[in-house]
Parts: sequence; C-alpha cells; structure tokens
Amino acid sequence: MGLISWGMYPIVKNKKRSLRDAVGLAKYIENTDEFIPYGNGRSYGDSALNENILYTKTYNYFMDFDEQNGLLTCQAGVTLGEILEAFVKRGWFLKVTPGTKLVTVGGAIASDVHGKNHHTQGCFSECVEEFTIMLANGEIKSCKKGDELFHATCGGMGLTGVILSAKISLKKINSAFINQTTIKTKNLKETFEAFENYKDMPYSVAWIDCLAKNEEIGKCLLMVGDFANDGNLGYKSKKKLSIPFNFPSFALNNLSVKAFNWLYYAKAKDGVSKQRVGIDTFFYPLDAIENWNRIYGSGGFTQYQFILPKEQSFEGLKEILAKISDSGKGSFLAVLKLYGQENENYLSFPMEGYSLALDFKIETGLFEFLNTLDEAVVKYGGRIYLTKDVRVSKETFESGYPQCDKFREFRREHKMDRKFSSLQSKRVKI
Amino acid sequence: MSYVLIIGAKSDIAKEVARVYAKNGYNLYLAARDSSSLEDLKHDIEIRSGADVELKEFDITSYDTHEGFYRSLKKRPVGVIVVSGYMAEQTAAQKEWIETLNTINVNYTGALSILNIVANDFEKERLGFIVGVSSVAGDRGRKANYIYGSAKAGFSAYLSGLRNRLYDSGVTVLTVKPGFVNTKMTENLELPQKLTAQPEEVAEDIFNAQQKERNVLYTKPIWMLIMLIIKHIPEFMFKKMSI
Repeated sequence: MGLISWGMYPIVKNKKRSLRDAVGLAKYIENTDEFIPYGNGRSYGDSALNENILYTKTYNYFMDFDEQNGLLTCQAGVTLGEILEAFVKRGWFLKVTPGTKLVTVGGAIASDVHGKNHHTQGCFSECVEEFTIMLANGEIKSCKKGDELFHATCGGMGLTGVILSAKISLKKINSAFINQTTIKTKNLKETFEAFENYKDMPYSVAWIDCLAKNEEIGKCLLMVGDFANDGNLGYKSKKKLSIPFNFPSFALNNLSVKAFNWLYYAKAKDGVSKQRVGIDTFFYPLDAIENWNRIYGSGGFTQYQFILPKEQSFEGLKEILAKISDSGKGSFLAVLKLYGQENENYLSFPMEGYSLALDFKIETGLFEFLNTLDEAVVKYGGRIYLTKDVRVSKETFESGYPQCDKFREFRREHKMDRKFSSLQSKRVKI
Repeated sequence: MSYVLIIGAKSDIAKEVARVYAKNGYNLYLAARDSSSLEDLKHDIEIRSGADVELKEFDITSYDTHEGFYRSLKKRPVGVIVVSGYMAEQTAAQKEWIETLNTINVNYTGALSILNIVANDFEKERLGFIVGVSSVAGDRGRKANYIYGSAKAGFSAYLSGLRNRLYDSGVTVLTVKPGFVNTKMTENLELPQKLTAQPEEVAEDIFNAQQKERNVLYTKPIWMLIMLIIKHIPEFMFKKMSI
C-alpha cells in the first residue's frame, strides 16, 4: 500500500519518491511519465493521488529569516506547524492559516488555502512574496504576484510544477492568545446577521448544526476573535490525543452525530460570551486529535465544501441545509464562513459569499446525494473546493471555475499536462 | 550553554534528532564525513531555534583520529548520540567481504572506538548521557539481514554493558531500537506503514526517553511486542521461517 489522502478514500496503489534535492528532482521529472507532488497528505480527496507520487515533506530546510520585515524563506516541505514552533515565541504568526497547521508550505500554495480571516486578508497567496518552482522541462523559475505562473500555481493543485521554496511574509503578534467572542444564534437569518455585525473582527467562523430542521435551520455558534495584546508569547504545541485505529463503521451513526452536535451547541452560553484561548484551540481545534480522520472508519470519508455568491447565499444555503437535514447523512462538523473578495488566481476557491463545509462518511448512495447538492450549488452560481473533493464532475467543476480554460491552455502551452497529473485532474480534465 | 555531540549527523534520523535537541535549548556539534554538506542543516537549525551549531569532520572508521577529534571540541559535550549506521544489502554482504567489513566497522567497531573515549571522560566527570541508535535487527538474527543485525546486536550488548558500568557514576546510557523508519536508507523498500515511524517521531521519542533516563527504547513502541514474540520463537521453528 502506498500513500493515502486525508479522507482515506480512494485507496490506490502508488509509487512514492521523496524529494531531497533539485538535481535529483530534475532527473525524476525526466524519467517519470506523470506524477503529482504530495506534501503532508492533508488534502481530503484525490487531488494529490496518482500512480507516481513525489513526497515533498522531506524537503524542509528553513533558508532565511529577515527579522526586520518578518520574511521567511523556506523549502516547500516545511509545515506551517514548524513555522509556528519557531516563530510564535519571537512574536510572529502566519498571515493566513487554514484550520490545520499540518500542511506544508508547498501544499498551502498549491491549494491557495484560506482561513478564518479570509474576509480581511484573503488567501495564502497574499502572503507569498515569491516562490521557486521546477517546471516540466526541469527548469527552475522564480515568480511573484503578477506573473502568469504565479496565478496558475497558487490554487493550481500541484499541476504546474514542483514548488521548491517560498518567501512568505509573517504577521507581528504581541500575544499567543486570542480574545474570542462566541455568538449563539437560533436560525440562518440570525447567523447571517451575526456575520455582518462582526465582519470587522479579523477572524470569524461558525459551527453549524446540520441536523436542525424547519425554523431552526442554520442555527450556529459563531466564533470571532483577534489576538490579545498582553505580551505573553508562551507557545508550546499541545500534546496530541490520538485515534490509534479506524473506528468500526457503526461508531459514527446518525445518533452519535446528533448527540455530538447537540452537546457542542448546548455547551455554549446563550447569546454572546467571551473567552481567552490559545492559538491551537482557536485556529487548529482538530489538530489536537491526531488521525481524527479514523473516526469515520476504514471506508473513509469526504468533505463537501462549496461556496455561493453572497447575494445567493441565503436562499442557496437554506435549500442545501434542508436537503442535508432531510437526508439524515449528518456530518460530524459543519463549518460556515463569510468570505471576502475573490483573487486573480485561476483556480482559487474563495469568492465573496458564504461557504459551508461538511464531512460525509463514504457509503452507498452518498455520491448520488452529493450530485443533488451539486445541482443546487451550480444553480446558485457556486463552486466546489478541489482540495476537499474526490468526486465532482467535470461539468460542475467547470461551471464554478470560469478561468479553468485559461488554466488548461497554460498547462498545454508549457507541457505541464504531460508531466503533472492527479486522479482529480484527470477526472475534471485539467 | 550545553553542547550535544551527534555522530553520524547526515542520516535522516540524526537530522531530526539535531532539530529536537536544538529546539529544547541545546547547542550542537554535528559530526560526519564531508561535514560541509551539512551547511544547509546548520543554517536551518540556527533559524529555527537560535542554537549554536558547529560542523565537525569525522570518520567513524578512522579509529586513530577519534581521540584527537574528541579533545578538539572546544567545550565538553553533556551528551553524545551515535546515529551512524550502514546497512549493506544482505546478499551483497554475503558475497563481498568488504561490504560485511564495512557493516561491522560502521555499526560496531567505530561506534565502540568513539564511545570508549567518551565513556572514560564522562565517568571521570561523573556527568553526561550517551545514546546509541542500534536496531531491532540486533534482537535476533534473521536470514534477511543477519550481517547488519549481528553488528547491531554487538552494539546493543556493548551499550548494555556500558550502562551497567557507568551506573555508579551517574552517567546514563540509552539504547535505541528503531523498527522500520521512513528514511533514505529505506526509500526503496515496501514498508508496512502502520509499523513504520517517521524520523521526526523517532527523534522526539529519543529525546523524551533520554531526558527520562530510560534504558532501552523501542520506536515505534509496538516493536517491543513484535521483538518479544520473535525472540521467543523456538529455534527449531525459527530456522524454517521466512520473516
């Protein structure tokens, strides 16, 4: 068995090769038909799977740090967690971070990840000053914002080349703690109002109860916050709990999910409450449980994440949440967030509007059900997040990504389509 | 600030061990052949943790240089970690004596040569820790890699005796027995991933075990159980098996 993705589905045989140096990589590119770079395996679906996989986490030296301007240059296999470990205590944090710190810098660029501050800071590419990448002909190119290679590669799912190193800009902080406000809402209307009311807060995200029905649809816990200013920079990665084996598939049935959602929601105080929490609790709650993906059992799971344009979000979410609630295929986690403006990258996911992300255990009938959700997403002009996806059709993909033909053209022009491919890229024909 | 000396610093495990000790406030001597190739690692560690890192030229099979090497360290290390290892392909080692000899010299003879010197010094000072990275392969000879395994078996026995000798002087000795680890050395082997550790995992385990003054560390821990079973298979059965 070879490498698997975070969703543990599909399981495909693959041949792994570790990235160690540029010379070796050039040879590998020359001698390998088609392959896909793979970072720390946190993509959920098949975007980093293929017969040949280049494992890049072994390529992980810090190369330079400009203390004056907070500019870090490092190799692409460095994880965001390693950056935090080195720099939080010196008063620096990532400008943009996704909900797990266990992704590599190369992966963060290739997925153009975003976080709780998308509405104020945009995607990861916003903090990338420049990066170097090895192309299909073995040439190493350096590029920055404005270059076509930059806009194709950020969000380009590893399909333009192998990112080797990046210079990223960090953010100054004066505390390793966050002042958090939690707002408990009773329905979707209140949830939207809360997002609007708190849109000046730099960080925001909501956990939504997907099993709520009728007038309760869209009730949530909205968590907003900003860094404290207390000078306390003490940060040590928490010791992790671990799920040592795949849970039997009955462990996560409808009832247990319901119980979990209910407990989580009930735990929060009514209305508005305030907390002071650490970086790991606020930004990376799930990283505290190593291999949490195993709770879905050995059959694996997928995360369905879509975004709808802001004007369509209310209607669209109401419809989709109702479908999910009716289906009873509840998810352990449903995350709702209001995003800021779209960027210029060809395949970046975010656009201005609301995004919902939910997990589903892989089971018979699931993909048919997700196809019906796709129909609604397409109807409302939305798109699906490739980093989470394992099953989206070419048509649904194309309807959400108007720049996909430019991306295809760019790949053809530079012969990238013959070298870099994933199961996903073959499915949606990019 | 205290220095830790890492012997065989070019391996993947050594690289992570170096990072973990630096992260926890130690300065480092990184010793290896062609040590200038470690410049990138030195730089990496300095940026990550601000530790002082010195690269030292060292050949574990040039036994007569070891005494001079150790004396040349500007400050006595508080700990020495031997990570050097050489795993010849078993069939190659069966055919070519030089492969067998190199396996013995790197994994056993050379390690003893430098550790004898270190042990005498630490014993006199009544201070310090020694870590030797041996292998589960040393727990029982199997046809798949008994030449490497026998050298590691010798090294494990040496570390056990050394621990016994140094007990009274308060110097601790840790024997590390990794099972499968994803490294350069095993890149082309098909390893069962559930039994295979990442080098950074091994490094954290080593640091924690050493700080807790433990004696023997299996990493991943499941290997203790696996080797317990393997060691107890009766020889008349074992000789017929292919494991």
